Amino acid sequence: MKLTLKIWRQKDAGTKGKMVDYQVKDISEHMSFLEMMDVLNEQLVGKGEDPVAFDHDCREGICGMCSMYINGEAHGPDRGITTCQLHMRMFNDGDTITIEPFRAKAFPVIKDLVVDRTAFDRIQQAGAFISVNTSGNTQDANAIPISKHAADEAMDAATCIGCGACVASCKNSSAMLFVGAKVSQYALLPQGQVEAADRVRNMVAQMDLEGFGNCTNTGACEVECPKGISLENIARMNRELMKAAVNN
Amino acid sequence: MSGFFKSSIGRKVAMALSAFFLMIFLLQHFIINSLSVCSPDSFNEVSHFMGTNWLIQYLLQPVLIFGVVFHFVMGFVLELKNKGARDVKYVQNKGAANSSWMSRNMIWSGLAILAFIVLHFIDFWFPEINTKYIVGDTSGLLHNGEGFRYYEELHHKFESPLRVGAYVLAFVFLALHLMHGFTSAFQSIGATVGRKKIMKKLGMAYSVLIPLGFIIIALYHHFNH
Repeated sequence: MKLTLKIWRQKDAGTKGKMVDYQVKDISEHMSFLEMMDVLNEQLVGKGEDPVAFDHDCREGICGMCSMYINGEAHGPDRGITTCQLHMRMFNDGDTITIEPFRAKAFPVIKDLVVDRTAFDRIQQAGAFISVNTSGNTQDANAIPISKHAADEAMDAATCIGCGACVASCKNSSAMLFVGAKVSQYALLPQGQVEAADRVRNMVAQMDLEGFGNCTNTGACEVECPKGISLENIARMNRELMKAAVNN
Repeated sequence: MSGFFKSSIGRKVAMALSAFFLMIFLLQHFIINSLSVCSPDSFNEVSHFMGTNWLIQYLLQPVLIFGVVFHFVMGFVLELKNKGARDVKYVQNKGAANSSWMSRNMIWSGLAILAFIVLHFIDFWFPEINTKYIVGDTSGLLHNGEGFRYYEELHHKFESPLRVGAYVLAFVFLALHLMHGFTSAFQSIGATVGRKKIMKKLGMAYSVLIPLGFIIIALYHHFNH
């Protein structure tokens, strides 16, 4: 395949960026999108140019590092995948592909396609944990009976990899699917319910402080989420915060 | 509790609560208007009661006006805030690939409804306020004193095809607004957990049937002249 790539290039956070056109050839349809980016970067390094910076780590859809807004969608045109799982067979020979970083005020660009997603870390630090005494007398988690339904729902919420596709896809740059998943995974389990009120209050406060937008329930986040995190998690978070406000 | 309403979720909940109030109002407005098709006498009786009952006039009417103003102002405030959450726009963005037109354009359907409310106030509300509180005629009777004026006024208004056209268009925008707004309001208060499918069906039924009913009423009066 021969492709034209329109890629956002930005030297650093303080420099203005722009879209730059590149040509790549001999791209196999079996390659992943990141492998195609590797081919481009080898080409650029060979010519003595600065390679395109992009985030990646595990390359098997688990770590959530690879971002990229490809042809107008987070992680490209396929569903339920991260960019490393996007294959070039999704494109045709001669296509022009637009590649941009995830856009949100709370996700500032560091360089080219790399954005700073530490806002998610700070939201997690605000409450996405349970306080346990690790002195050696910790109770065996299996000693607490949990219904299959609650366990399944908590597990589904816990599959969120914090990639930020929800924020990137949302027309309001809202982080509520991410925060909703983190709040739900604890709120559904007895171990998490003890600190549920403080958790939701602190995490929502941190989310607002980071400058994410308000959710208007368009559902774009759910569709673009590589792990299929349900919108119900946002509803559950809303309910948890209302409960915390009433019981305060 | 005041802290709650300052949070992003609190503002969503406030929007949802005003939406519930407006949806209940819309339903009762539709029920009363449908009487004008089934039983003009009952329509006159109920309209006179609504227009002269002090609880409705001095308590519910101001609350309704506050609800409408709050819903619109809050909608604009949130829209502006949300626009500011993405300082650099995408060069290419396929919104239609993951969300409905209705959900992405609530501000535009809302503005169309706002324009309609202005027209509706000029048509009915301002003349009604003038008759009752400026002229001081609270009898609700026709000039010749032969029966109530409410049905006649409504029937007469829909003689103009331009007005009927504007009303029909406004109700189409209302349907589009409700198609997203109904379920969105329930989602905002956390009521969709485990009930997503039924809420969507209910929302679709409400958002199609109520505006369609209003359209039928307008057309009925237009074609019965």
